[in-house]
Amino acid sequence: MAPSVDDLEPIFRAEYGRCVTTLITAFGDIDLVEDAVQDAFTIALRTWAQDGVPRKPRAWITTTARRRAIDRLRRDARGRELQRHATASDDDTATEEVGPVHDDRLRLIFTCCHPALATDTQVALTLRLLGGLRTEEVARAFLVPIETMAKRLVRAKHKIRAAQIPYRIPTDAKLPDRLPGVLAVVYLIYSTGADGPAGDDLCAEAIRLARTLADLMPDESEVAGLLALLLLTESRRQARRHDGRLVLLADQDRATWDAALIAEGTAIVLGCVRRDHPGPYQIQAAINAVHADAASIETTDWAQVMALYDHLYQLTPTPVVALNRAIAIGEVDGPAAALALTDDLRLDGYWPYHATRADLLHRLGRDSEAADGYTRAAAMAPGEAEREYLAGRLGGLS
Amino acid sequence: MAQYLLSIHACPTDPQPAPMSDDEMGAHMQQIMGLQEDMHTAGAFVFGGRLHDPDTATVVRMADGNVATTDGPFLESKEHLGGFYIIDADDLDAALAWAARVTELMGKPIEVRPFVAEPQG
Repeated sequence: MAPSVDDLEPIFRAEYGRCVTTLITAFGDIDLVEDAVQDAFTIALRTWAQDGVPRKPRAWITTTARRRAIDRLRRDARGRELQRHATASDDDTATEEVGPVHDDRLRLIFTCCHPALATDTQVALTLRLLGGLRTEEVARAFLVPIETMAKRLVRAKHKIRAAQIPYRIPTDAKLPDRLPGVLAVVYLIYSTGADGPAGDDLCAEAIRLARTLADLMPDESEVAGLLALLLLTESRRQARRHDGRLVLLADQDRATWDAALIAEGTAIVLGCVRRDHPGPYQIQAAINAVHADAASIETTDWAQVMALYDHLYQLTPTPVVALNRAIAIGEVDGPAAALALTDDLRLDGYWPYHATRADLLHRLGRDSEAADGYTRAAAMAPGEAEREYLAGRLGGLS
Repeated sequence: MAQYLLSIHACPTDPQPAPMSDDEMGAHMQQIMGLQEDMHTAGAFVFGGRLHDPDTATVVRMADGNVATTDGPFLESKEHLGGFYIIDADDLDAALAWAARVTELMGKPIEVRPFVAEPQG
């Protein structure tokens, strides 16, 4: 039976990034390659609707797109030099379906996340070129008008070409400088999804990217740590919302946590522990694994959580880590100890800070101060789900 | 291969480092010469130099079909161009590596901009 547009959309989405990365290595020009892959999809729609989907759709699309790119170059005066480049490397990439596709993807991730591009742009480019999201989908995820996003992408691609940002995996010496930026982009894609309207798409894409990175850089513990952190966070993403309302860890229905994701994430954490090159993502993943392992908030191994936060705070001494460390200490040494630790944190503009202090004050029987805290938190909470949660806490005070 | 402008931005209103002794100044000049030598050796150096202060500048522009000459810099601003290098580099990473060495030495921010490539015949 002939496939419909709807059948082909997932194939295109899945193959877009791979085709683009393969061809960018050959042609060295993002715009040219994007147009050629788009052409190939249009031709595929027409041809496959009659003849059915070929046995190797990716090879079909890549070959078609390569021909289209060469056609476009022939018509284009600017293309002469690029064409020389492409023909020179054509022979070694003729077997792209079994060739170094993986290295191509990794190269492009490092280009998209180059520090010479703004963070917003890094995220958008990564989603567009590697994730195959359409410009309007990227725009929706970040709540910006389509034209703004389109301009941002055009500008970024122009800068890559004009300034010659290389398609290259950094050398071992440079990797420690560059890898954190790439991991931060993947994490940002996930957290944007977890808090925003395009949740499922972005969270799935971030996990897919993290898996790719973990596949391609098996020796980097922090890459494994990021993947584990995303899997474990994802395992309870659905439980964090109930009827549009925020549900925090203590009140979540643990039966709804995704056991398969927990098992996979926990196994990676254990691998990291054995490897013993700890870093911030691995430690955050380990904290999540401890929570995932507990049947309830009361039976959680809080001493372990506290020790992990101590370690995390040594590596990344930020006020937010200090706040979370204080919460763990509150579970081990009681609310008075925790409250004292939060006194000097400079987090006045961060709603969870006021909510956490209010929780601790409530546990100490200081309800009128707690009420002030919840009210302040609600005034700066970003969404309805958070405000409803805080109103509920406020209503529970005596 | 591309050409990049590495411009060295000076901001006289920022806190200035303590004045150097003659010996320190000599050593500093040696380091700058060393960097330029490395650029030559690597085939990166095209041109470079330090500029006099902006109050030595003169602006020439067209006004009503005539050339008008006026005293002073084109832009009155807190920051000004203190000097620059033009370098050949394989790609932006290579250019940024040179810029890193320049800023380490000069203590000033360096803007890295690609030249538009000459059309090849």
